[in-house]
Amino acid sequence: MPPAHSSVVQLVRNLVRKRDFYAGALVILFGLVMALKGPSYKLGTLMHMGPGFLPTALGIILIGLGIAIAATGLSVPEGEDEDILPANPEWFGWACILAGPLCFVLFGTYFGLIPAIFMCVFVSAFGDRSATLRGSSILAAVVTVFGVGLFSYLLQVPMPLLAWRGL
Amino acid sequence: MIETALTDLWYGFGVALQPHNIMWCFIGVLVGNMVGVLPGMGPLATISILLPLTFGIKPVGAILMLAGVMYGAQYGGAICSILLNLPCHPPHAVTCLDGFPMTKQGRGGVALGLTVMASFVGASWGITEMIFLSPILVRVALQFGPAEICSLMLLGLLAGSTLARGSPLKGVAMTVLGLMLGIVGTDLETGAERFTFGMTHLDDGIELVALALGLFGIAEFMNSINQVVSINAKYTDVRLRDMRPTKSDVKQAIAPMFRGTFVGSLCALIPGTGPTIASFVAYATEKKISKHPEKFGTGLIEGVIAPEASTHSSVQGDFIPTMSLGIPGDAVMALLLGALMIQGIVPGPQLIKEHPDIFWGLVASFWIGNILLVLLNVPLIGIWVKLLTIPYKYLYPSALFFVCIGVYAANNDMFQVGETVVIGILGYVLLRLGFHPAPILLGFVLGPRFEENFRRAMLISRGDILVFVERPISAVFIGLCVLLIALQIYVRIRGAKAPIEIPTVLEGAE
Repeated sequence: MPPAHSSVVQLVRNLVRKRDFYAGALVILFGLVMALKGPSYKLGTLMHMGPGFLPTALGIILIGLGIAIAATGLSVPEGEDEDILPANPEWFGWACILAGPLCFVLFGTYFGLIPAIFMCVFVSAFGDRSATLRGSSILAAVVTVFGVGLFSYLLQVPMPLLAWRGL
Repeated sequence: MIETALTDLWYGFGVALQPHNIMWCFIGVLVGNMVGVLPGMGPLATISILLPLTFGIKPVGAILMLAGVMYGAQYGGAICSILLNLPCHPPHAVTCLDGFPMTKQGRGGVALGLTVMASFVGASWGITEMIFLSPILVRVALQFGPAEICSLMLLGLLAGSTLARGSPLKGVAMTVLGLMLGIVGTDLETGAERFTFGMTHLDDGIELVALALGLFGIAEFMNSINQVVSINAKYTDVRLRDMRPTKSDVKQAIAPMFRGTFVGSLCALIPGTGPTIASFVAYATEKKISKHPEKFGTGLIEGVIAPEASTHSSVQGDFIPTMSLGIPGDAVMALLLGALMIQGIVPGPQLIKEHPDIFWGLVASFWIGNILLVLLNVPLIGIWVKLLTIPYKYLYPSALFFVCIGVYAANNDMFQVGETVVIGILGYVLLRLGFHPAPILLGFVLGPRFEENFRRAMLISRGDILVFVERPISAVFIGLCVLLIALQIYVRIRGAKAPIEIPTVLEGAE
């Protein structure tokens, strides 16, 4: 008969391989943030609920759900796709997708709409593996022309086309 | 009763046929169809991206346009499924099973033509239901106090999160997360700032557009980048004359069409069972009653028509609780409701009375929009087919720009563009962990109203939590909630499996 602790180790080892374990952990984390931060907004009584009542209650529910999700990870056999990262992670692609909107914020704040659109499309286009400098610039230019026409002239989004606000 | 309904409908047509309203409806259907055809763009992504364009329009025009976008995008999804075997939108996953084999046999055009017909019939039935059922529901719902509203919302939230795809536990967790995101910002009753972490930009809460575009835009792009799904455009050469079905095709299609419509309308009555389930049930039913079930999957007309009719009838049916009770059944409806709220309209049973132009105008515009859809798709099918072949590498950068400008235009606030990026990262992490982000939207839209009514109910009952089971109507709703949970546990223990394998070539955003 194996000693008790080795079966516990086995159990834990089994658990950390499961995707649901991390899913549950994330939900518990959200729950903890709410349940711990909630009471600082004044709980009140059940009759006169304060602003902190519902967040705290929801936080506790989330913690319970998180535990349940992690626990179901134990009961089901290991599936094929237990990796959190996809088979071939696209770090560069993801970075480009996230950098696009950030470029929009940066260039939009300091230089105006035209550079913002161009940079947003230009940068994010590099996320694709087959992207070329030429292809991305052409795409960015086309979208810029179209975007300025639609949003600036037709829909009148209040944003200067070109500006210089300094850095 | 029929007479009042007809008078109201007449009034609705009056509203919907006003030139500017018909124009918005037309633009909605056209753009929705165009964007919906693009691979990887489901109705959720399409509506989220186009939502900011409606802010400048009056409420009636805005909701007509968004509704148009919705069914335009839906039909676009059907085109994508039938011609490319890509289920861009979950309800159309079943359509692929027989739709694509038809395309391979060179009968894709016929499948599309019949789908237009089926969607029109399905939708028409759904609209008729809406006309007659909504006023009855409203009459009942107007008697509801805060306790009843609360339990009803609870039922809606539970149904919406447990009956959707994936693990019910994860669905509920997402709904609660959505409720939490809805709480962020200034508390209406006490003015306390909650979960803003000192950022004044968050005082007004998280922006609906930012949330939707983060979850269904950025997160989806991250999910599909460089996941080259080789688009098989070999069979996409469909011309107008290919779409005309023969007499025997039509004859073969009529019975499944009505059966599908019926199944869809039944599914719509059960809260939370959206179009996806309706389409699966319709397909399974057809297969069961068919004389030659083994032929399904080889390109049978029944296998295309029944799920499509069912999807459309169920989507229309979903509008009933959304518009008459203010309780959306799925994320698409939540988004439409959110759009109404942005326009300053309070959803709930009083909506039909206070804004008859919106409700009846919407009902009438469904018909107009569906006719427009037929008229548009017949001549434009060639263009849609060309759009299908736009490579993803051109698509997503352009879509990202639309996301950015859309979020910015909502409040002219750059901070919210950053917010969208953060939500997008969160959304992608959740996707990778096996969560479906759609219920977040449901919780988010209902959150503030849920809290308000919960507080009010507690105040009235003097802090007695038992009020929810003591009042009869509320007790029924709570009982249904318990039943729903019990059913989930029962299914889990028995280990029931989905009747049909879902072809997961490309998971759309739902």
